[in-house]
Amino acid sequence: MTEPKKSFFDKLKRGLFMTHTEIIEKMKESLTPDLPIDQSAIDRLEEGLLGADVGAELTMSLVGRLEQRVRDERITNMERLTQVIREETRALIPQRKASTIEIDRAQPFVILVVGVNGTGKTTTIAKLAARWKNEGKSVILGAADTFRAAAIEQLQMWADRVGVALVKHKAGSDPAAVAHDAVAAAKSRNSDVVIIDTAGRLHNKSHLMQELSKIHRVIDKELPGAPHETLLVIDGTTGQNGVSQAAAFLEAAKVTGMIVTKLDGTAKGGVILSIMRQFDIPVKFVGVGEGADDLIPFDPQDYVDTLFA
Amino acid sequence: MFDNLQDKMDRVFKTLRGEAALNEWHIDNALKEIRVALLEADVHFKVVKEFTNRVKEKAVGEEVLTAFSPAQQVTKIVRDELQGLLGGNEVGLALVGSPAVIMMVGLQGSGKTTTSGKLAMHVKSRGRRPLLVPCDVYRPAAIDQLRIVANNVKVPFFEIGENRNPIDIAQKALAEAKTLLYDTVILDTAGRLHIDDELMQELQTIKDDVRPSEILFVADAMTGQDAVKSAKEFDDRLGVTGIVLTKLDGDARGGAALSVKSVVNRPIKFVGVGEKYADLDVFYPDRMSQRILGMGDVLSLIEKVETEIDQKEAARLAERVAKDKFTLEDLRSQLQQVKKMGPLSSLVSMIPGAGKISEQDIDEKAIHRMQAILDSMTKKEREFPQLINGSRKKRIAKGSGTSVQEINRLLKQYLQMKKMMRTFSKGMGARRFGKMMKGLPPEFLH
Ligand SMILES: Nc1nc2c(ncn2[C@@H]2O[C@H](COP(=O)(O)OP(=O)(O)OP(=O)(O)O)[C@@H](O)[C@H]2O)c(=O)[nH]1
Ligand SMILES: [Mg+2]
Repeated sequence: MTEPKKSFFDKLKRGLFMTHTEIIEKMKESLTPDLPIDQSAIDRLEEGLLGADVGAELTMSLVGRLEQRVRDERITNMERLTQVIREETRALIPQRKASTIEIDRAQPFVILVVGVNGTGKTTTIAKLAARWKNEGKSVILGAADTFRAAAIEQLQMWADRVGVALVKHKAGSDPAAVAHDAVAAAKSRNSDVVIIDTAGRLHNKSHLMQELSKIHRVIDKELPGAPHETLLVIDGTTGQNGVSQAAAFLEAAKVTGMIVTKLDGTAKGGVILSIMRQFDIPVKFVGVGEGADDLIPFDPQDYVDTLFA
Repeated sequence: MFDNLQDKMDRVFKTLRGEAALNEWHIDNALKEIRVALLEADVHFKVVKEFTNRVKEKAVGEEVLTAFSPAQQVTKIVRDELQGLLGGNEVGLALVGSPAVIMMVGLQGSGKTTTSGKLAMHVKSRGRRPLLVPCDVYRPAAIDQLRIVANNVKVPFFEIGENRNPIDIAQKALAEAKTLLYDTVILDTAGRLHIDDELMQELQTIKDDVRPSEILFVADAMTGQDAVKSAKEFDDRLGVTGIVLTKLDGDARGGAALSVKSVVNRPIKFVGVGEKYADLDVFYPDRMSQRILGMGDVLSLIEKVETEIDQKEAARLAERVAKDKFTLEDLRSQLQQVKKMGPLSSLVSMIPGAGKISEQDIDEKAIHRMQAILDSMTKKEREFPQLINGSRKKRIAKGSGTSVQEINRLLKQYLQMKKMMRTFSKGMGARRFGKMMKGLPPEFLH
């Protein structure tokens, strides 16, 4: 992991960190130290998990495991209980450690960004661009959201603000053509990274998902092996529908990683546990604000720790 | 995965036999399934808890007297309760004042700008003169976005010029509306987090300045548990007057509707069902409750059966069965009841998962043929089926345009039914048995 461990906690203090304190406080309320763990402590824990959008199924299986171990191991204190919850939750996630985007693997390194409407794709692209620009990389953005009103203007403003190049066509034009031109431009200009924005789309609309597959194909044709990453941007306030989003985007656009946004609010984004478990897609970054630097690498162990400190 | 809530409920109630009232054990088990369904639909866990408690109160001890299985009966209580919470107080937009002001508020990315355009078009089509006002000075190109939207729906747009202060913009727009005689001002505010004190304060100031008659909280239908916290904060600060639920054209079950409704307690005035400007719909609590429960249109089916069935006739049939007097005459009467409900295929299409049942599986013709056979019998033959010998069979076959084999099959089915009914009617109150009689006999589905 590239950043000191502390910063993850610091940045998430307002949002995620609350989860841990909330859950633990709730559990403390219902616990007397050194007395056997009673049902109400477990109920509180269950509510904590449900409230974090972990989902009924996963929550119930976690709580079931917990109850089992409380019985088998005669767990009597809080410390041990939280340790056990942590272990059990970690065991659910296939991703072991922070998963970075290795842009040195190819040049240009092509990233396609997808997701449902309003999740934070465009803003996240600006954040990623700023990050690599600061590392001295040359970045080109592709404005392949040609559909939403002023989507191109929005990305243009970000490109100007961050100081990176933008490839764009007219509003309403073919998004695959924009993607193609962005990759071609990156090739001829010897750029390091191309990030392509796409229009938000609901994953149950097959024609829109097919359009995405086409964009993917066109990129691959222009640069075999590209896109090197396809990032699904999930809104951190999303509930269980996130699973269905991941399934559909995975199928249509071969998603390789996720970014969870808006974790600077009070939402916990617990649905990503189910997604990671079911599809083994790593979470790459977490969005914690509207500014260009409000993006932090995701570490699964830390995420679990923050959920159950 | 969840479309089979009804099946799960059926399983729960399988062991409930011959009891006059819904008992607590069964209801608790049914509520466990409902709890999971609601949680998977993203209803907030506290809301789920309150809800299941209410349903339990209503259901325990309720007499088993409707035309349906206890599972269906509990489902109906759940549905009615859910529907009651979601709707009931539907009202259109309150457009008071000259101009009337609508303020759009909500989290980032919930769909305020698109919905502003849809609403502008909606009020315009009702003869009003709207003005769209961009108050989002923060997100890059948000103003451009609303300008394009306004242009698309052919509604005037308020140009803010050099002005970068949302509070000033709102005031100036109001003044302009007064001079230019726009009667409806729609303020598109920036998305913000409910815990962003400074930006929440900004909304309060705008509200105090322009006194909107509608403050619409725009919520994404895909929202999870956080819906309660954000809605509560927006409502506490601003006094939300209505809710708009967006992106319902997705496949989210939309439990956030219930979460938001439960804290805001104001009507869900509109739902967004697409990216086009006409894709704004009024809210249907019945559809939404079924969607949240994930159970297709099974309840419309229950209702249809409920209204079409002649209760007296059903009671009479039940009595006949109880006394072991169920005859072909009764079978004929039962068939007529079924036919009154319309083509079977239309009934079956309301059953969740019925997509799997093809048209051919439902043999409408078989029912018509049964009917024809019964019609070709004399009344005496229907009352005393043992009279039907070989020669009578030939006559009936000829009269109904069927064959002797078909008549044999019908007689066999009749005997099986009679036997089955007798078994069931034992240990089962006549009333409860009447309920069963009203259901479709499985013989009608191949
Ligand atoms: N608080 C917070 N807001 C965010 C974050 N990421 C994005 N946003 C905001 O969410 C809103 C939508 O972001 P966009 O980047 O336009 O989202 P999008 O996915 O590109 O939207 P469409 O292209 O319309 O589908 C904007 O107001 C962003 O400022 C985040 O991590 N935290
Ligand atoms: Mg965008």
